[in-house]
Amino acid sequence: MGAINTPNGFNLDNSGRRVVVDPVTRIEGHMRCEVNLDDNNVIRNAVSTGTMWRGLEVILRGRDPRDAWAFTERICGVCTGTHALTSCRAVEDALGIQIPENANSIRNIMQLCLQVHDHLVHFYHLHALDWVDVVSALNADPKATSDLAQSISSWSRSSPGYFRDIQNRIKKFVESGQLGPFMNGYWGNPAYKLPPEANLMAVTHYLEALDFQKEIVKIHTIYGGKNPHPNWLVGGMPCAINVHDTGAVGAINIERLNLISSIIDQTIEFVDQVYIPDLIAIASFYKDWLYGGGLSSKSVMSYGDIPDRANDYSASNLLMPRGAIINGNLKEIHEIDLRAPDEIQEFVTHSWYKYPDESKGLHPWDGITEPNFALGANTKGTRTAIESLDEAAKYSWIKAPRWKGHAMEVGPLSRYIIGYAQGNPEFKEPVDKLLATLGLPLEALFSTLGRTAARGLEASWAAHKMRYFQDKLMANIKAGDSSTANIDKWNPASWPKSAKGVGFTEAPRGALGHWIVIEDTKIKNYQCVVPTTWNGSPRDPSGNIGAFEAALMNTKVEVADQPVEILRTLHSFDPCLACSTHVMSPDGQEMATVKVR
Amino acid sequence: MSQKKVLILGIGNLLWADEGFGVRAMEYLHTHYQFPDHVQLLDGGTQGIYLVQYVEEADILVVFDAIDYGLAPGTLKRIEDGEVPRFMGAKKMSLHQTGFQEVLAMAQLLDRYPEHLLLIGVQPVELEDFGGSLRPEVKAQIEPAAQLALTYLAEHGIHAIPRPQLQADQTPGHAALHLHDYETQRPSAAQACRIGDERFLGRIQYEPA
Repeated sequence: MGAINTPNGFNLDNSGRRVVVDPVTRIEGHMRCEVNLDDNNVIRNAVSTGTMWRGLEVILRGRDPRDAWAFTERICGVCTGTHALTSCRAVEDALGIQIPENANSIRNIMQLCLQVHDHLVHFYHLHALDWVDVVSALNADPKATSDLAQSISSWSRSSPGYFRDIQNRIKKFVESGQLGPFMNGYWGNPAYKLPPEANLMAVTHYLEALDFQKEIVKIHTIYGGKNPHPNWLVGGMPCAINVHDTGAVGAINIERLNLISSIIDQTIEFVDQVYIPDLIAIASFYKDWLYGGGLSSKSVMSYGDIPDRANDYSASNLLMPRGAIINGNLKEIHEIDLRAPDEIQEFVTHSWYKYPDESKGLHPWDGITEPNFALGANTKGTRTAIESLDEAAKYSWIKAPRWKGHAMEVGPLSRYIIGYAQGNPEFKEPVDKLLATLGLPLEALFSTLGRTAARGLEASWAAHKMRYFQDKLMANIKAGDSSTANIDKWNPASWPKSAKGVGFTEAPRGALGHWIVIEDTKIKNYQCVVPTTWNGSPRDPSGNIGAFEAALMNTKVEVADQPVEILRTLHSFDPCLACSTHVMSPDGQEMATVKVR
Repeated sequence: MSQKKVLILGIGNLLWADEGFGVRAMEYLHTHYQFPDHVQLLDGGTQGIYLVQYVEEADILVVFDAIDYGLAPGTLKRIEDGEVPRFMGAKKMSLHQTGFQEVLAMAQLLDRYPEHLLLIGVQPVELEDFGGSLRPEVKAQIEPAAQLALTYLAEHGIHAIPRPQLQADQTPGHAALHLHDYETQRPSAAQACRIGDERFLGRIQYEPA
């Protein structure tokens, strides 16, 4: 290839050493990443590959549309509820079903709860170890750690004795040789910048967050009837409300509503007193590591979510911002239309699928998912043991979705950039405050760190919005409305012969859409375009690179065979490729295999 | 002894043929037997880290899963207590091990590791059949696997009572995913491609580019 310029403004050069990371660890699903480094160890070309085939769409053909949510809930080990919600909305859109206000409030609480939970777990259990050195925490002074913790937050668990106990527990764990979750780390790498005390504080909160996250999901258990796979319903929510009910099973009663209320309060407290202060403390040591902006300063998109009133999905009724920004012009926010055949299209020129004409993209309603695994002429290795891929040919199981031809970044940072550009104080003020605290300019937001920070701010936003909808629900119930479902169109005999619908949400990791075609009461076509398809997409026919590839560009790697910087940036997107299964991981729970060629 | 909290956990992805063994075995126990209140049955799916809160609460943990132990397809394997993490670290055993091994390690880190742990695994026959169900050899191991679990629980003083009639309507999970509907309502192979991951597709003949 040599050097080329992409239409979306990146200069690619694949002549330097090739570094291959496969699998990328601490993500959901299977992903491979290849980069070329120049003589100064700076990334000059990036190739992101989804190594797992997503085929949920095809197994839904011929099934009952009312059951689709239950299948989509099994796509992934994390965003179960988000897929189910999106699926319900797609069917409701197709059949013109209106849901009751209470169902809208409960769905919003479920969705916001998933946002907070996912962001918290991502930050502490999947991403923090890219910034926090666990082994260094063993050298921390517990007293100094206590001073540090008390200087940044009023959180009560911060005594020297508490940190000493945790440190001893970690020490015992590490000495037992069972590193477990801490096995996948490049401990001691010079890219780690935190002092031992900040490391100990963060590792302590890793454990506290692990302990606390189980409280948050009780909300899913109550409103969804069970967890980990909560129940959903086309037309509303499958939970009955009866405030006077006293039994231990059955309807949502006042006792359960109060329990949820109390969990929401605890969640707000934990996020605002632990997560946000930790985020600021960690970021303050990485202020000069502002790599990873990629597409965020150019093209971002959000479908919007969290309808204030039920059944109105227009931008003005969505509390989570909706719109698209292109070419970095924050002054203009474009409306997006998920139904327009020429707006959202998926391309497969570099994906292992077959289209009749691959120079064109297909709108999801017309989507085709037909596998076609073929490697380019410049692939090195064999087809089952690939040494390096040929990115000039097909190289990923992820399709390349584009909005009006543009590669777009999606996720919390995109949502915050759009909210900021709209001048919405709920998004602008926390960003300005955070940047002022860290002494950073607005440009710093467009970075790996910005992505991680936006996720934290959004966790706080979502926790507070849960309170808003819980209060709204309680008020509505008190006013005498206990309806949670509309079953007027439950009977397929009431449906038209054919119907098309689209459902969308903002999943924790970005814009999610399900497109459904119903014919003779059965599913004729079903296509999911998931956030990681947007962010992790390969190139398109015009040569535009996707968000992962763009974000890796021009990053300096300290140690070529310990690419913590690559993991840092990829993890900042909270990638989720677990769209079908977790099988086929190589022997044991090994570290990311890194090969330098 | 009978007050110990027990968790019977089925893990795996229902949508990938024999990958669904763990969940189906748990479903079988639920539909055929009634357990005391301190026994919880859970369809863990592919949840990984999100299962830690269930695992840490258990004194006795019984896990059903598809395992790759290099055995003849359809072979049942019983692994107990200390053997579980040891084998998990040494060799790929559970097909979800990246997820579930981490769950066990996290429970240990929280100092709440189950006192007794039994893993009942089966070597899969077929995984490369997306949207498919269990193969006959694996399906035939559900009942013996359930018996292993019942025997183990009885040794710990926990006795399940056979249900007079099958608990058909209240199985955990959505009806469309229950074995009968799942199998009978499947689209045909002509309608829906049934192969998946490139490591599977790699075994299929194709024309080099």
